[in-house]
Amino acid sequence: MSDLPNRKPETGAFFARDRLWHPPGLTPGYKTSVLRSPQKALFSLDGTISEITGPVFGHSILGELDNDLIHNFAKPGESAIGERIIVHGRVLDERARPMPGALLEFWQANAGGRYRHKKESYLAPLDPNFGGCGRAITDADGHYAFRTVKPGPYPWPNGVNDWRPAHIHFSVFGHGFAQRLITQMYFEGDPMIWKCPIVQTIPDKAAVEQLVAALDWGNTIPMDARAYKFDIVLRGRRSTLFENRMEGN
Amino acid sequence: MVQSLGYLKESASQTAGPYVHIGLTPNHAGIGGVYDTDLGATMVNDKTLGRRITITGRVLDGTGTPLKDALLEIWQADAAGLYNSPSELRGSADPNFTGWSRCATDGVTGEYRFDTIKPGRVPFRDGRPMAPHISVWIVARGINLGLNTRMYFADEEAANAEDPVLARIEHRVRVTTLIAAGEGDHYRFDIHLQGERETVFFDI
Repeated sequence: MSDLPNRKPETGAFFARDRLWHPPGLTPGYKTSVLRSPQKALFSLDGTISEITGPVFGHSILGELDNDLIHNFAKPGESAIGERIIVHGRVLDERARPMPGALLEFWQANAGGRYRHKKESYLAPLDPNFGGCGRAITDADGHYAFRTVKPGPYPWPNGVNDWRPAHIHFSVFGHGFAQRLITQMYFEGDPMIWKCPIVQTIPDKAAVEQLVAALDWGNTIPMDARAYKFDIVLRGRRSTLFENRMEGN
Repeated sequence: MVQSLGYLKESASQTAGPYVHIGLTPNHAGIGGVYDTDLGATMVNDKTLGRRITITGRVLDGTGTPLKDALLEIWQADAAGLYNSPSELRGSADPNFTGWSRCATDGVTGEYRFDTIKPGRVPFRDGRPMAPHISVWIVARGINLGLNTRMYFADEEAANAEDPVLARIEHRVRVTTLIAAGEGDHYRFDIHLQGERETVFFDI
């Protein structure tokens, strides 16, 4: 499954997750969480081999247009409507080491805030040339990039008048199943971010700011597409130097 | 001031939302032509070693209503107890078994289904064998951070009795929430997010 660049595989257990930094399960302002959140305490389990290993995907799974949402669903010669942007960044671990071979999958609404999904009934129209999914695998330095159109804000049935800020969903695989993460990317300067009940599930303002992509003027391509930079941090691994039962890992 | 550790903070989780299928199972969601197949749709082929099994079940909320918009991923060892991962240093796993799969719950019935093989035993941190198990990760609208649990097998009574993880669960009545009913080729594993029969979830 793997075509990772040469590097000794890491086998340490992961840093404990800071659950005061992540959103808790029960966040009543986000109504659906009320009946979908466990009420009993989580059972702590320091990484066994079942958690520290995980699937790793090779670049061979990628198609040519997988990281181009402007074109990967469009008819030949056509393209999606909206603000053309490039989203790029790095996947790092908590030790600030780049994560090569990390699979990212992203999905989003179109420029009008409409998702291509059968359960979606928002009156804004579908774009016939926009599907809304893409994926990429980080290179040896942990970099990824994709092209898309900037998604529009989107109303949802939570409060009477709740709207999601413009956002792109990210699903990330590191190298261990315990690193599995789904999050959302927001856009610099969007006033909707601070009104959103889903954003507000995150207790720490600094943790929210870490999910806001910066307008990257340096990488903006003149007469083509603006760039946003979005780095993602996955859990770090303990060094195996002091693990006293290597064979049991 | 002491030296800085220089650590970064993990990116905070956010819910996968109701349209997670667009990104993770687009063909299943009706978005054809972007990927040939949905990632993780199959984990076995004709040459995979081990006993074929099927796992079905539902994810239920605090009222007992099945979630019709959840997505599950499983991760498990091969029949010999080896993981198909670069971090597996004990040997080479079965090349015909990925060890990983994903499945969205059905939009009408809420059922999920995995066609896989019965995993072999793998060691706990101190070397004692754990009972055969499958790691499960659940995301959905209303779940802010993916939930981790494990599925064990009802027909592995002796192995389950000596499993070092199950042994540490203080409230013994809750151990049964991790054990899939069934024998032979078909196992049934319902996951209760909340309430009296709440499944044990792990902070891994």
